[in-house]
Amino acid sequence: MAVADSHDTAHDDHHDHGEFIAHHFDSAEQQFDSGKLGIWIFLVTEVLFFSGLFVAYTLWRNHHPEVFEQAHVFLNKYLGGMNTIVLLFSSLTMALAVRSAQLGKNKQCSLYLLITMVCASMFLGVKAVEYSHKWDMGIFVRSAFDFHAGHHAAEPGTLAASLGVSPYLIKLSFIPAILLVGCIVASVIGKMTEKPLLSKFLVGMAVTVGGYFLGVVVGQVFVAATEGGSHASVVSPTEPLMLHAMTSEDGDHQAGDGEEHDHAEGEKHDHADGEIHETHHNEHHDDAHAMDHGPDPSKFDRDIGTFFSIYYCMTGLHAIHIIGGIIALAWLYWRSLAAHWRPDYFGPVDFVGLYWHLVDLIWIYLFPLLYLIE
Amino acid sequence: MSSEAIRNTFGTPETHFLNHEKGWKSWAFTLDHKRIGIMYLIGVNVALIMAGIFALVLRSHLWSFDGTGPVKLSNEMYNQMFTLHGAVMVFSFIIPSVPAALGNIVLPMMLGAKDVAFPRMNLASFYLWIAGTGCLLAAILSGNGLDTGWTFYTPYSIETETGVIYATFGAFILGFSSIFTGLNFLVTVNTMRAKGQTWFKLPLFLWSLYATSIIQVLATPVLGITLLMLIAEKTMHIGIFDPKYGGDPVLFQHFFWFYSHPAVYIMILPAMGVISELISVYSQKKIFGYSFIAFSSIAIALLGFLVWGHHMFTSGQSQVVTLIFSAITFTVAIPSAVKVFNWLATLYKGSILLSTPMCYALSFIFLFGIGGLTGLFLGALSTDIHLHDTYFVVAHFHFVMVGGTLTALLGGVFHWWPKIFGRMYNDTLGRISCFLVFTGFNLTFFPQFVMGARGMPRRYATYDPEFQIFHQYSTIGAFVLGFGIVMAYSVLLYAAFKGPRCGSNPFRAASLEWQSSSPPDFHNFTHKVVMTDPYDFDTQVYDEELDTYVHRELAQPTKPVEADPQPATH
Ligand SMILES: [Cu+2]
Repeated sequence: MAVADSHDTAHDDHHDHGEFIAHHFDSAEQQFDSGKLGIWIFLVTEVLFFSGLFVAYTLWRNHHPEVFEQAHVFLNKYLGGMNTIVLLFSSLTMALAVRSAQLGKNKQCSLYLLITMVCASMFLGVKAVEYSHKWDMGIFVRSAFDFHAGHHAAEPGTLAASLGVSPYLIKLSFIPAILLVGCIVASVIGKMTEKPLLSKFLVGMAVTVGGYFLGVVVGQVFVAATEGGSHASVVSPTEPLMLHAMTSEDGDHQAGDGEEHDHAEGEKHDHADGEIHETHHNEHHDDAHAMDHGPDPSKFDRDIGTFFSIYYCMTGLHAIHIIGGIIALAWLYWRSLAAHWRPDYFGPVDFVGLYWHLVDLIWIYLFPLLYLIE
Repeated sequence: MSSEAIRNTFGTPETHFLNHEKGWKSWAFTLDHKRIGIMYLIGVNVALIMAGIFALVLRSHLWSFDGTGPVKLSNEMYNQMFTLHGAVMVFSFIIPSVPAALGNIVLPMMLGAKDVAFPRMNLASFYLWIAGTGCLLAAILSGNGLDTGWTFYTPYSIETETGVIYATFGAFILGFSSIFTGLNFLVTVNTMRAKGQTWFKLPLFLWSLYATSIIQVLATPVLGITLLMLIAEKTMHIGIFDPKYGGDPVLFQHFFWFYSHPAVYIMILPAMGVISELISVYSQKKIFGYSFIAFSSIAIALLGFLVWGHHMFTSGQSQVVTLIFSAITFTVAIPSAVKVFNWLATLYKGSILLSTPMCYALSFIFLFGIGGLTGLFLGALSTDIHLHDTYFVVAHFHFVMVGGTLTALLGGVFHWWPKIFGRMYNDTLGRISCFLVFTGFNLTFFPQFVMGARGMPRRYATYDPEFQIFHQYSTIGAFVLGFGIVMAYSVLLYAAFKGPRCGSNPFRAASLEWQSSSPPDFHNFTHKVVMTDPYDFDTQVYDEELDTYVHRELAQPTKPVEADPQPATH
């Protein structure tokens, strides 16, 4: 931790080794130990922060296993798998960055940090493709869930239409685009006003943001390759059921006697959520019943929507942590360029590294829990 | 600094943390734990005043059953009033009161350290506190108020039009403020103890702050995610808590109490730590059963995580679970009682000095005793069904939170005030304030036990005429209590500016913070601290020249005082 007290910077300037030791610590070792313990405790709070969502997931999966089976097919496991590999790779480069900082190799460290940041942005790019793809199909959280097979055709003449991508993706990419342009412009200005360090840093940030667009492109290619341009092949396992449900969706409330009866049953079952065992029993019965007379669309929508509520909460919170990680990594990148790390002072890289591994680890849990349900 | 000069600072130091830098910026951007502690102390007391005013408005409204009282609120206003009273008191006042205000000032000094481990995080914690409290109050300014009760129970909190989002976001931010404080304290106690200060040489206040910090770090994130999910539920209807969309409202209660029961110990444990210090110092006797008190703090912290279901006996959870929660709730009484018996044993044959802090400490033991024992009525299944959601519950937790925490806070503030400002308060007026707080408090809440047991439900704007007399006692008591608190702070404020100067250790306390000057130096100590048992008062000898108690080794003019190897540079 840098010294923030003017008295002490003046004082510590006399010492060679005191530069980065805050005034209230006796030694570099004490400072490092404090930081290390602090970051570990922080990681514990992070795990507990996510725990609420994991509990919600567990409860819902226990109460409604069939919903999870039906819903997960909407998630593209190839995209998820690729993101897993990207994050694992970034963990490797992060570990290498820590190693180079420990050895005082600042240049090497900055390079590894840059790769880590690019991977992180690329992850977000892929995530943006995934999200926009789902929103196109009306896959939102529980209350807004309104699935319709096939894409919303982008309005002709718009940017989305000319690029052949989702309008949501354009909106999501707006901020990264501004950041990209901003970083490049600022970097050029930095170069002209002879601030080489700043200029170098901003080039790195531009490359980082570029990673997002790399992710978008790769994501789009993956979607095209794995889903063959149409969504139908992915949903195939439950397609007949789904399509039936969706096509009879309109005007469900004015349906005939038989359907209304089904509807009422669905409602009743919904209210008895607490009693798991009985519910399960009814569930199968209900489903079989539904197969015979056509499924109850309103019930079907609702439950799948809850899966996606949980999906968006968990992955969204995780994405926020990735963004936080990029900010922390950018700070380290700046300090690497300024050659701050020495064998006796590399704590911040170590601590952010631990945080980064935790963020990866959470994804390692999220990926199978959400994407690989059998 | 020469050894003579260091010794003289025990009388009156020339430079100290209050005057070494001046101007508002030196406060707003300070990283000094003592200044942050003082800002916290001011902040939490502003919150106390606000929430206290809400309480007085409430009590005035309840003066009469037929609305002929001095203040007449609409039912909606009444709901908002008790909600804001509860939310501000719990999240902005009680939780940060002892740890973030007193703990911040005292903890590093008790360790012989210069500051907490992460001073910037400490300052961030304070600004998060301001932001969070601001969000809570934004609920009022938004024009809609807040009427869910401080518990934000679903599904009502999802349906109501009032400012639930502001308030829950405020509580979310306050949670992070609390986590930062807890994290900082855990690390500081682990890595920054003075040389030779083993765990069992820590003052018991630090053991209790350590236990508190464990809870803050482990429980608060769960509240954080719960409140975020509630906000998501309210804005997007994600269907996790909202029964309309297939969600489970009782799940919210589980999540909420998983935090909020341990939060009760965030509120009471630091108070118990303060009392351990006061009882020992003001009876000048080694604390009885040191390790029992120390470990009972940890036991309370851990057991506290296993009892949240006792808030939900009537929420329809399974009978088996209810039984288990009830049984574990009873076990929490054991470590709590261990503390009380040890305090009493410490008092036995001690040379008790009934000065203001001791009066508060004795009030604490009495009031916390009642608060704790009535908790057993509520933890027992059969009685709880009768007492659930009545004034009995209200009285119970006010005995613990106000009779416990607030009383201990006042006692602690009186105890450490001369250390912070180097000036002595008027002890007689202090004792009168304690008397007013004690009587006012009992007059307010004792009748509520009776009302509750006779069936007066909590959170109602109107009531049956037979309860009126109890409500009137309660209202009178509330004003006496309010006056007592105002008087206590008036005495303290007067002392801070105009009180007579006092030396570094007027009370003959032995823990390390009393080895610094009063007010302490910016770096806390200008000399190397002399390690000593925090409850061995014989080590402190009276120095006539300085008119204060000084540690034996520091008092000998022949023996040079060892200057700090890294002296302050101003
Ligand atoms: Cu409880």
